[in-house]
Order: sequence, then C-alpha cells, then structure tokens
Amino acid sequence: MTAPLLSIENVTKAYPGVVANSDVSFEITPGEVHALLGENGAGKSTLVKMIYGLVRPDSGAMRLNGGPFAPPTPNAARQAGIAMVFQHFSLFEALDVAENVALGMENPPRPRDLARRIREVSETYGLPLDPARRVGDLSAGERQRVEIIRCLLQDPKLLIMDEPTSVLTPQEVDILFQTLRKLSAEGTAILYISHKLEEIRALCDAATILRRGEVVATCDPREKSARELAELMVGATLAVPNRGGAVPGDVRLEVSGLTVAPANRFGTGLRDVAFEVRRGEVFGVGGVAGNGQEDLLAALSGEITAAPEAIRLDGVAVGHLGPNKRRSLGILAAPEERLGHAAAPDMSLIENALLTGEIREGLGRRGFLNWPAARRFADRIIEGFDVRTPGPAHAARSLSGGNLQKFVIGREILQRPDVLIVNQPTWGVDAAAAAAIRQALLNLAIEGAAIVVISQDLDEILEISDRFAALNEGRLTPPRPTQGLTMEEIGLMMGGAHDMEVAHVAE
Amino acid sequence: MDLSSIDPILLIAALIVAATPILLAAIGELVVEKAGVLNLGVEGMMITGAICGFAVAVETQNPALGFIGAALGGAALSLIFGFLTQYLLSNQVATGLALTLFGLGISALIGQAYIGVKPPITADLDIPLLSDVPVIGPILFQHNLMVYLSLGIVAGVWYLLKYTRVGLVLRAVGENHDAAHALGYKVVRIRMLAIAFGGACAGLGGAYLSLIRVPQWTEGMTAGAGWIALAIVVFASWKPWRVLLGAYLFGGITVLQLNLQAAGLKIPVEYLSMSPYLITILVLVIMSADRSRAALNAPAALGRPFHASS
Amino acid sequence: MIRLEKRPEPSQAWTYVTPLLAVLATMIAGGMLFAILGKDPFVAIRTIFWDPLFNEQFAAFSRPQLLVKAGPLILIAIGLSLGFRAGIWNIGAEGQYIIGALCGAGVALAFYPLEAVFIFPLMILAGALGGWAWAMIPGLLKTQFNTNEILVSLLLVYVAEQLMASMALGLLRNPDGGGFPGSRNLGDYPAASNEELIAGTGMHWGVVAAFIAVIFAYILLNRHRMGYNIRLAGQAPRAARFAGVNATRLVLFCLGLSGALAGLAGLFEVAGPAGQITIDFNVGYGFTAIIVAFLGRLHPVGILFAGLLMALTYIGGELAQFMLGLPAAAIQAFQGMLLFFLLAGDVLTNYRIRIGRAEVA
Repeated sequence: MTAPLLSIENVTKAYPGVVANSDVSFEITPGEVHALLGENGAGKSTLVKMIYGLVRPDSGAMRLNGGPFAPPTPNAARQAGIAMVFQHFSLFEALDVAENVALGMENPPRPRDLARRIREVSETYGLPLDPARRVGDLSAGERQRVEIIRCLLQDPKLLIMDEPTSVLTPQEVDILFQTLRKLSAEGTAILYISHKLEEIRALCDAATILRRGEVVATCDPREKSARELAELMVGATLAVPNRGGAVPGDVRLEVSGLTVAPANRFGTGLRDVAFEVRRGEVFGVGGVAGNGQEDLLAALSGEITAAPEAIRLDGVAVGHLGPNKRRSLGILAAPEERLGHAAAPDMSLIENALLTGEIREGLGRRGFLNWPAARRFADRIIEGFDVRTPGPAHAARSLSGGNLQKFVIGREILQRPDVLIVNQPTWGVDAAAAAAIRQALLNLAIEGAAIVVISQDLDEILEISDRFAALNEGRLTPPRPTQGLTMEEIGLMMGGAHDMEVAHVAE
Repeated sequence: MDLSSIDPILLIAALIVAATPILLAAIGELVVEKAGVLNLGVEGMMITGAICGFAVAVETQNPALGFIGAALGGAALSLIFGFLTQYLLSNQVATGLALTLFGLGISALIGQAYIGVKPPITADLDIPLLSDVPVIGPILFQHNLMVYLSLGIVAGVWYLLKYTRVGLVLRAVGENHDAAHALGYKVVRIRMLAIAFGGACAGLGGAYLSLIRVPQWTEGMTAGAGWIALAIVVFASWKPWRVLLGAYLFGGITVLQLNLQAAGLKIPVEYLSMSPYLITILVLVIMSADRSRAALNAPAALGRPFHASS
Repeated sequence: MIRLEKRPEPSQAWTYVTPLLAVLATMIAGGMLFAILGKDPFVAIRTIFWDPLFNEQFAAFSRPQLLVKAGPLILIAIGLSLGFRAGIWNIGAEGQYIIGALCGAGVALAFYPLEAVFIFPLMILAGALGGWAWAMIPGLLKTQFNTNEILVSLLLVYVAEQLMASMALGLLRNPDGGGFPGSRNLGDYPAASNEELIAGTGMHWGVVAAFIAVIFAYILLNRHRMGYNIRLAGQAPRAARFAGVNATRLVLFCLGLSGALAGLAGLFEVAGPAGQITIDFNVGYGFTAIIVAFLGRLHPVGILFAGLLMALTYIGGELAQFMLGLPAAAIQAFQGMLLFFLLAGDVLTNYRIRIGRAEVA
C-alpha cells in the first residue's frame, strides 16, 4: 500500500450552535479519487475549507506527505500543492479568462506566456478555452473549465472538486470524468465532493461518508449500491414519493412566444418560450444554471411583464399583469434564492408571510395591514409544513435553509394556487425536508393545480414531473413525457456538450 | 459685454488650474471605487486636506510640506471611514455622509486661526525653452508641480490598474470580494489601502484649492467640489483617462463662466455660478441613461459590505 | 484578537442601546476635543446639555428655542428616514428646504399687503409643492434615466442656494429695503406670519406639522402596506419586486414626500423664526436632519427624541460660544462625531463581538 498523500486525523471544528466536524479522520493516497459524500450541512464544505487554508480546525491535525500540514492561508495551501475548484465559482465576471487564471496562481507568468500555457493545458486535457474571453460571457461549463485550468497550471498534488457536476449537462459530465481519470492516472489525487451517488460510484476509488459532521462510514463505492450509500448518508430509509397517478385535465397555464430581455449584463433572457401545463400536471424544466431559469420564474410570477397573450391562465391573457394581479388570479411562485428574493432575511416570519399572502389571505384592507391575521397565517405555515423555529416573530435568516424553504413553499401552497411555479424547490435542503417538499408539490397537483418545477437536479425532475423540457440559452425545448426518457436524451435536450464546439471555433 | 477680453490661452491655462483639485479627488475616488468601496466623504476629505495643507504650509512656510500634510490629513480622515465600513461593517453611504459632515466641522474648527492669513506661494515651474514656446508654452509648461503630479497620478493609476498584479487584485476585490477572499486575498486590507489612497488624493485636491487656486482659507471653500469629483468618476465609467477628460471639461466650464461673469454677460451672476452644477447633473443623466454602458465598468461589488464569516 | 460574529437575527436590545452609547461616547470624545481647545470639558458639556434647559439665567430664552430648532429638524428627518429605509438617499433636503421657503414666501409676497385667511394655507401648499417639485428632479431622473439620486439631490442644493441668492437680490427683494438684499419681513405681515402659538413655548405651526409627521410616519410604517413596502425594498430589493412593489412609484413617493416635508420646514421657518428670505437663510437643517434621522434609528419616535437632542446641541453650542468662546464649528464637528459613534455602534445590532483565539495563527 502506498503512503498517504494527505491524512486527516481527528479533526474537529465547531461554530456557534453547530459542530461542523467532529473527530473526522480519513486518508488520500496519490492518484486516488476519493469521494466525500454527505447531505447539505453534513460538514463537507468546512472540512474542505480547512484543507484549503480558509478555516482552522479547533482540534486534530492534518498531514501532507507525512509532515504536519496546517496552511494558514489559501496561498500556503496552494504552495503545498493543494488546488480547489469551488462549487460557487470563485471567478470574476468582468475580467477575462487569463486574468482569472492569474489571480489563482502564486507567481503567474507574463500575460503572453500565460495565454500560451492556458491553451497548452486546455488542449492536453480536452478543455478548450479562449484566454481572451470575458468570463461573464461564458457558460457554466466553460466557467468550470477556467477553474480547473487555473488549478492544473499549478501542477497540484491534490485537486479538490466541490460539487462539480451540478452545473454540467450529462455529456459535459462525461468529459469532466475523462479529464479527472487522466489526472488520476498521472498521480494527482482528487478529493471529490458530491451528494450524487451514481457519479461517485462511476468515478471514485474510495468514499468517506459524513453525517452531521461525523464520519459514519468509509467504503469502496463501487462495491455498494446507490441505495446503500444513500441510506448511509441520510441515516434512514427514504420514502419514495407518492405520485397518486392523477390524470391531467384541461390546460390551465399556456405560454406561447414568451420573449424577455436579459435582466442584467450577463443574463440570457427568454426567447420564444412556449409550453402548456394541465390541471393536475407537474411540468419539469431542466437545464444548466444560468440558461434563463430565473428569467422564466420572473416572467411567470409577474416580476417581469410581457405581452398579454404570451401567458394565459385558463384562457385569460395575463402576461402584462404584475405579481399581485397574478396572485389574485391564482398564479403563485417560489423563487430559488430564499434569502433576499423569496423572503426578506431580517424580517420576521409574520412579515414574510405577508410578503405574498396579503391578497389571497385577506391580510389587509385598503392598504392597512391586519397583523393578527398575518400572525395566524404564519402560524398555519409553521404548523402545516413542520417549520422548525421558536416562533413566528423570529427573523427569516435565523432559520436553517431547509426550514426556510419549507416556509416559503408552504406559504404559497397554503394560498391554494391554481398554478404554482417553483425554482429549485429543494436546493440546499436536507433529504427529509426535500422529500416533504416534493410530496407537498405532488399533493397540490393531485388537488388540481398546474405546477411548474424549474430545477437543476435532474433526479428530482424525473421523480416528480410528468413532462420535461430543458432551457438552453433562454430557449425551451419542445416538452416530452418524462416516462422513458434516458439520461442521454435529457443531456441532448440540455444542449449536450455543444459549447465545446463554440470554444474550438473561438480559438 | 466684452468677450474679446477673454484670452483663450489664459483660459486653457486657467482651466487646468481649476480642474486639478477635482482631478486629484476624482482619481483617488476611482481607485477606491475600483476596490468596491463607495466613499461619499470626498467633500469632507477635500476640505480637511485644504485646511491641513494650509495650516502646515503657513506654519512651516513651505508649500511642499503643506501638500504632504494635506495628503496625510485626508488619509487620516478616510481611515475613520475605512475603520467603520471595513471593520465595523457600517453602511457606506451613511458613513460617507458622516465623513463629509464631520470633515466640514473639523476643518472649520482647525481653520479658526487661519482666516485671513496668506499662505506661502507655490512657485510655478518655469521649464526653460519649453515654457517660452508660444501658445503651448503658457498652456502646458508654466504650471506648478502639483499639476504635473496630478497628471502623473492619473497615468500611474492607469498603468497600475491595467498592467500590474496589484491592479488586477484590486479590480478582483472590487468585482467579487467573496471570490477574492476564497482565493486568499486580504479583502479588507486591500480596501483600507485604497481608501487611504483616495483620502490622500482628496486631501491633495483640497490643498490645491487653499494653497494655489484661491489661495486662502475660508470655511466650506470646497463648495461641492468633492461631490462633483464623485460625479466625474461616474462620467468616466471608472476609466482613469476619462477622469482626466471629465475634470478638464468641468474646469473649462467653471473658468468659462467666471470669465463670462467678468466680461459682464447679461445673465445674472447666480445663474452662471449654478451652471457647473447643472451641467454636472446633465452629464450624469446622459451617462446613466445608457444603462448597458454605465453598468459595464461599474465594479460589481461597489458599496456592498464584506464579512468573511460565511 | 477581536472578532465579529453575525447574530442569527438583529438584536432588538442593541437597537435601543446604541444611540445612548453613541451620545455618551460623543460626550467623552467631545469633552476631549474641548479640552484640546483649552476649555474645561465638564463646563463645556454642562453648558451645552444642561444650561439651556435648567440654568435660571438662560432657560427662559433657551427653552422655547428647543422646539423652534427641533421642529424643522424633525420634519425633515421624518421624510428622509422613509427614503433611507427604502434605500433611497435624498441628501439634498437643504435645497428642498430653500425652495419650499422661496415658494411659500413668493406666494405671500405676491399677495402683499392683502389680509386674507387663505394666504397662510396657500403658502403652506406652495412650500410643500416647492420642496416636492425640487425633490422630483432627482426622483424623475432616477426613475427615467437611472441617475444616481445621491449626487443629483446634493448638487441641486448648490443650485438652490444660487437661486435663493438671485431671488433675495432680485425678484423677492424688499422694494422698501433701501437696496439691501433680502425680502420683506413676513413677521410684519400678519396674514403670512407663522407666529408662536402658545407664548413662551416656541410652539409654531411648523412644530405642529412635525408632530403630525411623526404620527403619520409611525402609522405608515407599522400599519400600512406602503410602509411595509418601504421597509421591504430597503432590506431586500428583489423580494420587494417579487412582492409586487412598484420600484418607480416607491422612489417617487419617498423622494416626493421627503421633499414636501423639507419644503414645509423651509416655509414655516421663513414665515416664522427667520422672517425673510436672505442670502444666508439656510443654516444647514437639511444636513443635520440626516444625523437626526440616523440617531433616531429611522424610527419616527426615535427621530422625535433625536431632533430634540440635536436642537439642544445647537442651542447649547450657541450658549457655549457666547459663554466660553467655544467656536461654532466645534459643535458641527461634535455632531459629526455623534454620527460616527452611532454608525460604529450599529455593528452590535447585527454582530456579536467575540474576544478569543484568532482564526489565523
């Protein structure tokens, strides 16, 4: 057996009110692809931040090549041969690719040499990229390539990848895996963080599974089934959602020729989007992040208005109406960003209940607010959706992600929508809460609502939606029934690996 | 009215003098904003610089020391802003306003003893040969050192931002402080340095007013120059050479309206005096109306507080 | 090593405690400043904060001044606070105050010497409209062209000052004034005069308006959707859009209202305590009101107290100038310091201070 490259020994790190890592130990050998598996909040990010010098452990030790390893800063970690690709990219949109790469290097070469080296590395590893392009104009997959190349230029001994596939199409995932296998064959160790079980089984040699900050198992993922891994990760048997088998009824929501300008300088907007959702139906919209998901939610919720005929509810043109008019007609929505978009962080849950509930729940009259009624509404949400909080007077930001998401979804569902649009309903939510939210959405459909689920989690979409379409640079593919769709077909709908050609042309 | 009394050569030379205080303050603020910090206290730092420079110059009878004192005074005041916004995470808009109000007060306090005092004269550089060239000589080569220094600072800032690693890191911090932090850059330290630089430049600009342009000390003598400097940064879309252009354009308007006043134009003096402010507003409107262009160069993290806890 | 740790939710207690701490810290720092200036700090602090209210010799004159000075400060600060809560920064209240005064005085002088009951109400309307219109300039430029309202509203102060100078020397100049700049004194024109309502209290219509504004703002913020929208837009702009808040309408409402209130303050001042339009009519209420708004935590009742406190520093400052020869500018610096300490103290509302082992060894 080879000597370990990095060993983590009994590391503990506590934050106020939560122990992020408790007595965690594991080892990575050179060339090994090691998975760090766990739910959101299991402590994966904290552990990785310690290895990368962003956080210091309270106790325990790390060893690199047998010697003590305690990087005080990311620079020190990089000098020791650790490189990291972040989940939320550490990129600068207004700067170009070469500048972004230079910022992640200790001693970057002169600009001209750097551009040449970027081209070399990108060709060697099959990651085409033009050094002169502005990062803000790149797709999510291309941005990830910038991060990877930034790492590879430093010849890392250990490459950390934090949830790398959440922004990729299945085809792009394949390409990424080829790159990672090549790196591994050259002796680079890879710490691969994910909660996607099939990927880990396909790629990794070893897995350390975290739950609530503790190591619950270390295993060879290829020898375990996805179900076994899932149960280790979650610690309980997961209920399969109950579809109910409702037969779709009349068309409730009809979208045609919906075109919207980009909301910001690097946005995509929507181009000629068309679909319809029937009573009792769940319509899934997939796609890589940044392809118009936020614009679609905003256009449907009324935050962005469009031509009247572009959106119809039960045949009535509503495209020109604002959010509150649509709410009164029965179109409700739950945006992706919980803190700051779906809810106001510093406001209490009572005030947040009022945020969308005033009209349909009768929480005000002629502009004057009925606080007792708002409080009762907040109480109903908290009770009905198992929101864990000491009380409705507490600020939204004091809730955990999962609890706040249950509050947000519950707030909309309790208003009995005819059409509900949700974006990333279970993003960053623990498995139990995610299951509860999905079930609540399905129940709403069974009661006759039309539901649009926008999500980047393909498993989720396949699990709950009846029909599927993908957003790609603001265009929506023709919808197809979910039943019988293969991952490959879905990947092609999401745009395949098409931007590879674009990048080649750009060179 | 006698427009022929306006000498275009003297006008251009005077334009440069009128523009230099604002140019200095604006180029400093540009660096601050490029680092992602919005310091609305330029007016306060300028006037503090004006009195610090004036006081030091009078006490030492040395204008050069005066300018150094002004830069230190402006920087010291800006560090109050830096401490509050970067370490105590206070609201940048409110803190900038506080800085202006405080600066006006403290400068008036220091300035009590200096009302009516004459400062030592800052000599103009007389570059042999060059300054004797007709037309170009008086326009370009008969100024004091501060004019050339201000041009040097603009060139330096341009070079720094465009070609150096320090400039790249500064822009990165202003673009996305969380990413810069994740890569291991000291966001707060970099911003503090930028803030201090901005304060020093504003201080120099203020001292240029009290030591060269006017030259004497009166309370509130900056009369909105700091705010105009802020507007010029927007006008310039955060580009150094366009700050120069903006400041000189503004200087031109100021000098022209003063000349028109002197020439006895049949517009009341008050309306001529308000024209620089109105034109600044007009320019702001034109720049901001084109949303795509205005947004393109604005640092993305401008004005947002940074806390490394997350 | 001292660290800041974000609280899970804003601390209510610190919201109330920080202004008091800030006042205390300012007294200490201010005392040091006065000591540097060669004045006995204790005497100076007492002269500023105690003597105007309780010294037998001065109180009779000073006490009424408290309401006279606090009235405009509160009136303007209430308007500003609504905008500040919504993230709309009107810092040109000084200009709106001037224009309100010009419009109100203009109406009065147009009717001079007619004695009629409608004149004063008409002046009030003109003052409010003048301030409103002046604030609508940054408002419309922001909503139409996305122009920064901070810079525009501030630059318009200088324009308003020039306009006032031109009026004091031209259109509104007292024809019987012997060529001196300045308008007729409205105090000598009963139909247009904003006189003390209860003798010896300083209470005039402007103070009444300030109290009404406090009550109005309290109801708006706590009981009405508009107030809710204002708070929401300031805390979470995207959530506000999602909640259906019309950003354009909000900007125009906040700027318009704060402008109208500042205009009213100007009108009551020119018709009452000041009496006439002169070149130096404005004394910085529009800027000091910014401090009042923050010191009052942008809360109507807080602003009421903050306005009274700030008025006290004005009066006490004048007294200290008279008694101790303390420069007037010292009080200005003192007020600026107060705002610094307040903003610094704000950190405690949202963060906890931890003293412990450093994150980086």
